Amino acid sequence: MSNAKVKAEIVSKEVEGKDAPWEPRITALVCNWCTYAGADLAGTSRMEYRPNVRIIKLPCTGRIDPLFIIKAFEKGADGVLVSGCHPGDCHYNAGNYHARRRWIGFNSLMEFIGIDMKRLHFSWISASEAIKWVDLVNDVTEEVKKLGPFGEYQDINKDGL
Amino acid sequence: MEDQLREKAKELLEGGEIKVVIGYGWNNRKTRITPVFITKAEDVDKLVFNALCVNNLSIYLTRKYKDIQAMGKPAIVAKGCDIKNIVVCISEGQVERDNVHIIGMTCSGVVYKQELWQGELKDNIMPSKCHNCDVRNPHITDSVIGDPVDFTPPEEPAGMLFDKIREFDSKPASDRWEFWNEHFTRCVKCYACRQVCTLCYCERCITDKNQPQWIETSAHPRGNMAWNLIRAQHLAGRCTQCGECERACPVNIPLNMVNSKLALTVKESFGYRAGYDTEEHPPMIVYKPEDEEDFIR
Repeated sequence: MSNAKVKAEIVSKEVEGKDAPWEPRITALVCNWCTYAGADLAGTSRMEYRPNVRIIKLPCTGRIDPLFIIKAFEKGADGVLVSGCHPGDCHYNAGNYHARRRWIGFNSLMEFIGIDMKRLHFSWISASEAIKWVDLVNDVTEEVKKLGPFGEYQDINKDGL
Repeated sequence: MEDQLREKAKELLEGGEIKVVIGYGWNNRKTRITPVFITKAEDVDKLVFNALCVNNLSIYLTRKYKDIQAMGKPAIVAKGCDIKNIVVCISEGQVERDNVHIIGMTCSGVVYKQELWQGELKDNIMPSKCHNCDVRNPHITDSVIGDPVDFTPPEEPAGMLFDKIREFDSKPASDRWEFWNEHFTRCVKCYACRQVCTLCYCERCITDKNQPQWIETSAHPRGNMAWNLIRAQHLAGRCTQCGECERACPVNIPLNMVNSKLALTVKESFGYRAGYDTEEHPPMIVYKPEDEEDFIR
């Protein structure tokens, strides 16, 4: 997936439904092999979960550049969910290990900068964990809904325009 | 010390293998220290070394300066902290160890900014890196100039910067956001922080890529936030906290604070400190299966 395509997806997922009553918009950056399959299983099993999540499928969590997360917030996400294969399960052997190192740094950076860490979630969900996916989406949506819109980031979007 | 340095430079240049000595010298009015590039043995008297030599010259070894690379094998006058940056460049394959002669200077600290100099080196005009310096006797060198310095850094990082980080960590998230937002909003996107950084050696920076454009290039708070976050992230586990970005910043954004925070995180999580080992890989390109993951659900 090219950078241009990823960006177009992040942007398009964030602009839809602008006029509806406020509901949190959660961008999920997920790995093709585990979490996406897990979400797919939830769908084919007819499980119901909150529709607030916009899924962006990526080949691997190792593909997730911290810029994707920043871009999602820039484009109006109230929460971001990042998920992939459990350690040891990576389709490409080590993508999720590398991603985890990056997240450790990025997580600490986001916390230091003052982003509410209830808006940014990382998780491991395998292809068979449809229930975990459903629970996670519901939990995150609920948490972010309590926090309200991500006004801080929206303010810097507006500043100077 | 300066005589010793000049003699060494002369010896190296006359030896023929070294084509240029990158060092410190006075400006024309003798008010500030600037980088000098000595190519002839008779010019070595221009080299100086004193507490004003705060600049990190290791940047001239990177591919940002092709004209200097074209001169031939360089020798570089470097304090212990500058050598850390050279070490990171070596471990990342940017500089070959055999391709540079490091003239290590023993150092008793430098001023934070040259403007602060009033004839005497006091604790309060030294940057935090000097208060915590464990490389006052340079660690990786080809030749050492100056007498050994006896200094033991405190066990816990001390100094204004680290006090600030500790205080900052205890504040609520909204205060932290406000603080950084205020600082980043002032950013004018001059990219001085990038230009002065030894480790920002990419020939094409992510912010210069516009197909697609991930980071807005106008000096707008939104793009400023993205730029400053990504700059810090790209330096995680690599930054040696030399503080050049902060010194170069025309609007005084405390960039070293973010960098140092990430360096503390990396040390805590991976037990890695940048700039001490030319063989070890930077932490963000390797992994251990047992890395901590208490924040991942």
